[in-house]
Amino acid sequence: MYRYDEFDQQAVDERVAQFRGQVGRRLKGELTEDQFKPLRLMNGLYLQLHAYMLRVAIPYGTLSPRQMRMLAHVARKYDKGYGHFTTRQNIQYNWPRLVDTPDILADLATVEMHGIQTSGNCIRNVTSDPFSGVAAGEVEDPRPWCEIIRQWSSFHPEFSYLPRKFKIAVTGSEHDRAAIKLHDIGIRVVRNAAGETGFEFWIGGGMGRTPIIAKKIRDFVPKADLLDYATACLRVYNELGRRDNIYKARIKILVHEMGLEKYSALVDEEFARSQGTVKLPDAEIARIQAYFAPPAYETLPATSTAFEARRFEDKGFRTFVRTNVHAHKVPGYAIVSVSLKAPGVAPGDASADQMDAVADIAERYSLDELRVTHEQNLVLPNVKLDDLYTVWKQLSAAGLGSANIGLISDIICCPGLDYCDLANARSIPIADELQQRFADLERQYAIGSLKIKMSGCINACGHHHVGHIGILGVDKHGKELYQLQLGGSGAEDASIGQITGAGFPPERIVGAVETVIETYLSLRHGDAETFLDCYRRVGLAPFKAALYEAR
Amino acid sequence: MKVLTANRLDDGAVVYIGKAAPWVEDLASALVAVDVGAEGQLTETAATAVKARLVVGAYLMPVTVEDGRILPASVRERIRAAGPSNRPDLGKQAPAPALPR
Ligand code: HEM
Ligand code: SF4
Repeated sequence: MYRYDEFDQQAVDERVAQFRGQVGRRLKGELTEDQFKPLRLMNGLYLQLHAYMLRVAIPYGTLSPRQMRMLAHVARKYDKGYGHFTTRQNIQYNWPRLVDTPDILADLATVEMHGIQTSGNCIRNVTSDPFSGVAAGEVEDPRPWCEIIRQWSSFHPEFSYLPRKFKIAVTGSEHDRAAIKLHDIGIRVVRNAAGETGFEFWIGGGMGRTPIIAKKIRDFVPKADLLDYATACLRVYNELGRRDNIYKARIKILVHEMGLEKYSALVDEEFARSQGTVKLPDAEIARIQAYFAPPAYETLPATSTAFEARRFEDKGFRTFVRTNVHAHKVPGYAIVSVSLKAPGVAPGDASADQMDAVADIAERYSLDELRVTHEQNLVLPNVKLDDLYTVWKQLSAAGLGSANIGLISDIICCPGLDYCDLANARSIPIADELQQRFADLERQYAIGSLKIKMSGCINACGHHHVGHIGILGVDKHGKELYQLQLGGSGAEDASIGQITGAGFPPERIVGAVETVIETYLSLRHGDAETFLDCYRRVGLAPFKAALYEAR
Repeated sequence: MKVLTANRLDDGAVVYIGKAAPWVEDLASALVAVDVGAEGQLTETAATAVKARLVVGAYLMPVTVEDGRILPASVRERIRAAGPSNRPDLGKQAPAPALPR
């Protein structure tokens, strides 16, 4: 893992000291709220429905056990004993007091964490594939590139006041677990015909009120040009992006309105002019890559008899392995997904005790590493097959053994009206009801791979546009109403879901989802045809008919 | 009918202008303005409190009063007055005493 050098640490420590001064001046009346608000937002501190909310970045989703314990400590000491892992590889605390936030940030700084780049119109916390560095078949670990982007983008003077927020995601795999096509810039590490690795660049993707799939702008950007090319993309946006209308200010609108060709020509022009400005020397790349060198894996056989025996004997374990355990690139190891979607718990929420428990497990059984995912789950990236059974037992004891990754109960859900100041409707209680309705694991397996994603307003923090089934909460004359969207995907086959028609009141939305599921089950070509494949084959019409004609 | 609500500056807690005290945490103790004149007074009190750095984000919210109980008109304000609907153990609805700080 990357470790801060003295410059990183100094920058973060200085930021904490500045913020302590700013909070002090606000409380003494030397700053008005209008003056203070942008300052607190630059440190991830929002004011929400019930209290302040602090957002802490987990750069590219990689976390050490020590950092996870600090997140638990913050939850326990300054908050109400839990935190919410978000779709942006952040954690949010819902109840911090303003007067405590300088101390919280000081505590976080001791483990190289902060709330910088979690708000405002800057380049936000860069996100990545939670399986980075361990996924079987990966071209290359994208995290050194994420770290390079982090160092370049933090406090970047030119890009601190962009027309609007700017999100970059990087993956090193063909299979996209980072939703790169729904980001302002999406980057995929690829290998060219000459065998060199470089970057495929996607531009102008995003959700919110105008969802747009990113367009490919370059097939291959050489490594040395990464930052120059990104700079050119950002510079054109910074100059031409709209600042007069917040709804049209994202780069997706600029690229969409001017067309890829025209935008791309301007980027090329700028790139030709400035290429070589932000040099990325090989020595510096190598220095950063060294931090991400593979941990000390043992040489193990590709199979484990102990693991196979346990899997045969124990049905619960077998079920867990089926959904939550994934292929690792090193023989004898596996990647374990830890579901934060237990019934009755808001998707993405984890208690301080659970955070400590996963930290302990990661330390003992996952070579000291943890990941957080944009699907609001956690990952133990380096578990020996021999240890899988023990890990499952310990996770289960901590209430983290849910065997539902990728199934209908593995719901992405934003905080909605239960916490969020911008919300139009609640989302958590709907997620809870869906989980209850589909509690039967056998039924979940019968339904197969299915991603439900839900947001409490059009900002789409819960990725509803790209859910296989998406749910959007709206406000109709003071009443909560839920729109249904079908056929979205945030993966390499990205697509935006189609709205089925009129929305459903809270007491009918779960039934509507069930109707969609029943329709799918009746239409699918065999058990292997997933919901998304089936939907793409048959289209919206039969679902629409089932939803509205029987009314 | 309206109640004036805001968030307390130092800890962010949801508060209301009260009948007996200037700022109360419990909606039941809030002062209900029944006419434009009373609303104006609440708004003035709030503006002073914002200047004095007691609260931020003050605004009037519509309510109804049924059997002496003050009910917020919107779902949003009902949730602000109680706490997250999925966590009855948190927020104002949480069993007293409030969590130690
Ligand atoms: C509770 C406080 C939050 C506020 C005030 C907030 C605000 C916003 C706003 C205004 C947008 C729309 C941006 C645009 O279209 O230009 C947005 C988008 C987004 N937010 Fe949030 N959000 C909050 C919480 C969350 C949470 C909890 C998550 C994760 C679960 C999240 C993840 C995202 C994502 C993924 C997007 C859409 C991606 C994009 O198009 O940029 N946010 N948020
Ligand atoms: S989608 Fe809307 S309701 Fe949900 S967290 Fe984002 S801003 Fe809040």
